[in-house]
Amino acid sequence: MDSVSRVAATGKAADLLRRLSGEHGPLMFHQSGGCCDGSSPMCYLLGEFVTGPSDVLLGSLAIPGILDPVPVWMSAAQFEYWRYTHLTIDVVPGRGGGFSLEAPLGVRFLIRSRLLTDQELGELEERYLKPS
Amino acid sequence: MTVYAAPGDPGSVVTYRSRYENFIGGEWTPPVKGQYFENPTPVTGRPFTEVARGTADDIELALDAAHGAAPGWGRTSPADRAAVLLKIADVIERNLEPLAVAETWDNGKPVRETLAADLPLAVDHFRYFAAAVRAQEGSLAELDEETVAYHFHEPLGVVGQIIPWNFPILMATWKLAPALAAGNAVVLKPAEQTPASILKVIELIADLVPAGVVNIVNGFGVEAGKPLASSPRVAKVAFTGETTTGRLIMQYASQNIRPVTLELGGKSPNIFLEDVARARDEFYDKTLEGFTMFALNQGEVCTCPSRALIQDSIYDRFMADALERTRAVTQGNPLDTATMVGAQASNDQLEKILSYIDIGRQEGARVLTGGGQAHLGGDLAGGYYIQPTIFEGENRMRIFQEEIFGPVVSVTRFADLADAVKIANDTLYGLGAGVWTRDLHAAYYLGRAIQAGRVWTNCYHLYPAHAAFGGYKQSGIGRENHKMMLDHYQQTKNLLVSYSPRKLGFF
Repeated sequence: MDSVSRVAATGKAADLLRRLSGEHGPLMFHQSGGCCDGSSPMCYLLGEFVTGPSDVLLGSLAIPGILDPVPVWMSAAQFEYWRYTHLTIDVVPGRGGGFSLEAPLGVRFLIRSRLLTDQELGELEERYLKPS
Repeated sequence: MTVYAAPGDPGSVVTYRSRYENFIGGEWTPPVKGQYFENPTPVTGRPFTEVARGTADDIELALDAAHGAAPGWGRTSPADRAAVLLKIADVIERNLEPLAVAETWDNGKPVRETLAADLPLAVDHFRYFAAAVRAQEGSLAELDEETVAYHFHEPLGVVGQIIPWNFPILMATWKLAPALAAGNAVVLKPAEQTPASILKVIELIADLVPAGVVNIVNGFGVEAGKPLASSPRVAKVAFTGETTTGRLIMQYASQNIRPVTLELGGKSPNIFLEDVARARDEFYDKTLEGFTMFALNQGEVCTCPSRALIQDSIYDRFMADALERTRAVTQGNPLDTATMVGAQASNDQLEKILSYIDIGRQEGARVLTGGGQAHLGGDLAGGYYIQPTIFEGENRMRIFQEEIFGPVVSVTRFADLADAVKIANDTLYGLGAGVWTRDLHAAYYLGRAIQAGRVWTNCYHLYPAHAAFGGYKQSGIGRENHKMMLDHYQQTKNLLVSYSPRKLGFF
């Protein structure tokens, strides 16, 4: 795994991902924009949400206890405004959130953000971010 | 000033039952799997009822009922359907106060808004579509003197509707009224954050609508919303929500080759030109209210004016007045008619807003007022309250680009009209915008140059029926609130008729 990354998961989020992947299978995230349940990460069965040239893969979360890394996607247009921030997927008590898998458990994935340092940004921007 | 008793307490104007089933085929129907979920009020954070946790099985039952009812309902005359909508409007109007309190309890919004906006607008919306369908006409084209093209409106059949939680009854109405007027049967899934208030409406209108024409299945998005949105048994899906779910619904629709209408939010600019401050008169006072509209409904509005663009030359003076107006906002018990800002709709909504306030600070935006959770005492201590917050920063920052869906406005300056247009359009969205000016020419120029479905000019947050509402860019597809929405719920049948006895001569 690379030393510098754009995404990470908290311990609580990792626990929840282990539970969800045990119940459902391989997972993915797509960061949502817009209203209501938007501006939050949506967790789906891998492949449920079709990504394409208009999306950017931010990274894949290697979660101990889960075989397949969990890819985290975002629309490329949204990424233009987010590229300077590091995202940590957390989980809070909550209710609902589109068709995201965790909602029936009374919890909701949430993004916590921090600014990437200049050094991190330099390394990340050097890598070519493949659209798919 | 009135403080309403909490639903269920002595003296309350409305009471929720302890449990609600799904409403299918005109009957309260237990969920097939027998599961329910607790529904808390955002006012206190405590559960007040439990609601059916529907699944794909319940969606199928509802679709069975809807398909049973759709042919008959689709054949009723527009006059008969309009009469049903008018009766629905009347019964909501007669029960406006209890429904307003029920809505406040389910959603957390101040009762002054539900009394003055949510419920009266819902009443008018049903009346508008009753009128619109009576006045709707097909067309005929005389192609030549013996050949005529007739165009008839036909209902789609059975449609699926997924409702957001920010205006639970009004948003359900925006979708139900045109669908029913156009002759469709509906399977509707409320938001799991606000599943209950719409059921109070259903209790009142159950006998007015033929069985199976309106079906309500509650549950979680992944368990009930997804089976509805992906079902090949619906002729159309209407959704209000966010972009990722919107894309997913389009994917399902592409698999079934079905139309969708989507309303997916925005990051609406509210533009204040220097001439507004030319006099400290009634209009200037109105513009300050227009600025403060970011806090309406706790900012939980797809068109929340969450970016304020102030012209350089008046920036300091205007912002001083705007700050004073924002600090005067009364936050408190949503059941108190004096309260202007109530509770956010859910705990995760509260957490998300706080996370945005955090990243705003990290990006270097300055908090001019607010900037944190509002800790209210007593019964409200467990509720979800955020202080009205003003950030000052730059349009490239994430708090200027993402929908926070809280009482948070991000303010920046612009030099001239061209600069205002550039900043206003530098967003992925295009749902709403506001323009404030005394200059007719500037108002028209900006109104046409801004890429948004609605540009409020010298007003904001008005949602009358008969003014089309919908988005440009990533804000969605379709226009609600207007008779053109009938088209989104209808097929066009063309009869091409020859009145000539003569053959064409090809064979």
